Amino acid sequence: MLRLQNLEKRYRTGDLALKGVDLEVPDGQIMALIGPSGAGKSTLIRCTNRLVEPTGGKVWLNDMELTGLGAGALRRARRSMGMIFQEYALVERLSVMENVLSGRLGYVGFWRSYFRRFPQSDIDEAFRLLGRVGLDHMVDKRADELSGGQRQRVGICRALAQNPELLLVDEPTASLDPKTSRQIMRLICELCKERKLSAIVNIHDVMLAQMFAERIVGLKLGEIVYDGPPDGLTAEVLTEIYGEEDWEATIRKVDDEDGEAEESLAESLHDDHRAVVLDRNLIIGN
Amino acid sequence: MADISLSASRRWKKPPLIKSRQLRWGLGLGFAIYLTLAFGTTEIDWGRVAEGVPRGARFLAGFFPPDFVSRWDAIVDGIAESLWMTVISTVVGIALSIPVGLGAARNLAPKPVYYFCRAILAVSRSFQEIIIAIFCVKLFGFGPFAGFVTLSFATIGFYGKLLAEDIEDMDPVQAEAVRATGAGWFQWLNYAVQPQVLPRMIGLGLYRLDINFRESAVVGIVGAGGIGATLTTAFDRYEFDSAAAILLVIIAIVMAVEYTSGYVRKWVQ
Repeated sequence: MLRLQNLEKRYRTGDLALKGVDLEVPDGQIMALIGPSGAGKSTLIRCTNRLVEPTGGKVWLNDMELTGLGAGALRRARRSMGMIFQEYALVERLSVMENVLSGRLGYVGFWRSYFRRFPQSDIDEAFRLLGRVGLDHMVDKRADELSGGQRQRVGICRALAQNPELLLVDEPTASLDPKTSRQIMRLICELCKERKLSAIVNIHDVMLAQMFAERIVGLKLGEIVYDGPPDGLTAEVLTEIYGEEDWEATIRKVDDEDGEAEESLAESLHDDHRAVVLDRNLIIGN
Repeated sequence: MADISLSASRRWKKPPLIKSRQLRWGLGLGFAIYLTLAFGTTEIDWGRVAEGVPRGARFLAGFFPPDFVSRWDAIVDGIAESLWMTVISTVVGIALSIPVGLGAARNLAPKPVYYFCRAILAVSRSFQEIIIAIFCVKLFGFGPFAGFVTLSFATIGFYGKLLAEDIEDMDPVQAEAVRATGAGWFQWLNYAVQPQVLPRMIGLGLYRLDINFRESAVVGIVGAGGIGATLTTAFDRYEFDSAAAILLVIIAIVMAVEYTSGYVRKWVQ
């Protein structure tokens, strides 16, 4: 379980990005974090694994207080928090396999990683993950030769190669087309279910958040203004989070979406990766 | 409608680079005055130029035909010495410049290390090779060792600075992603930084090899060994035809290195 306690981040410019956030994410929960640009979504995720150093408050992962760890212990703790990025953040000149294996860096020594002599079990796991996302025929391609959706799937494999308990997902679909966005979100949710991972997913797209997450947290100017189920997102709540706007279209679309989502799921099963069919209602999110 | 037609007739001009009109004209006028004065006070003695032209022509004529034969052994020795100096000074210089370059990258090193490494680079870059070579010849005596030290030192400044700048320009998100996996610092360098900078640094390494070869000819003139020493000897003995042969050999080697490095750079991208 992840627990944020009065988490605060003030940037050196003086901007207060997080104003004492309290948040608990139980094991196995997929939580979407929505909010306007600059609300502190990225900061919250990066403060969790301390890529950004919080200026106040505490972060607990199970019984370990992450905010008190020294450099070595923090590196070990980061292994259990896989991160997925907006622009995929693959190392472009490394191959697909090297990118996936870089998820194991926290577990192997320097020279082993330098000579790319990873333990066979790591390599087996990497092949299994790449097979799971349908990319096991591309292991030696360079990451910059892949399409956006393929890159993001490699990014997902890298995060899972860490054998994490928690996924921190930062705008996974922001640079993808609508269909690929859904496939990627569906894949992330399926993998979380298979491996019983909890996840915090930053996402701009309110509809996608409603489709895939079990719980939605709305962040505005560094404060939590909504925390509840996806169908609790009414026009009033969205106005509270994002400001005045005609929200009816956004909300209504969610209902229209069901049929189409089902169709695209069937399609993706047909031509895409070998997805495991899960409870449809769970995937669609209602 | 009235609004639209009004706004259509609004005028627009590109804002000038320097806002203040006085400053703009002042700077322009000042520069023009300085140029006029500078040209006006340049002394050219056309008579001496006229006398010099046939002398220069005789000098150039002395180069032809180039004589490869009579000093061939000296040329071979000089070239071998220069190549030795070039290769080991490039290798040693780059090896030393890697830690300095890493330390001089603002996004890698803590402030004190950063300033220290930048200072090393600044010192290395502020002296021309010739000046360092004169100093090294005084320190180590005549010969290629002085040249080797000179070129290694100059390579640190060149390569370290470019490495540091390339690291500062790398994509921070890729670096962040590798850090998020729990990688150690050296693993992070190997997986996140090295792939991003390596192709350019290989190209620059070959470029530096090329520069070091040319410089090895120059530092030889002040006594630091190599083909430059052979070249000065040839000039001192008025053997211009041998000097021409040496120059042609230098040009041929520089061109060979140039083409190879261009080819390798394309291949590593």
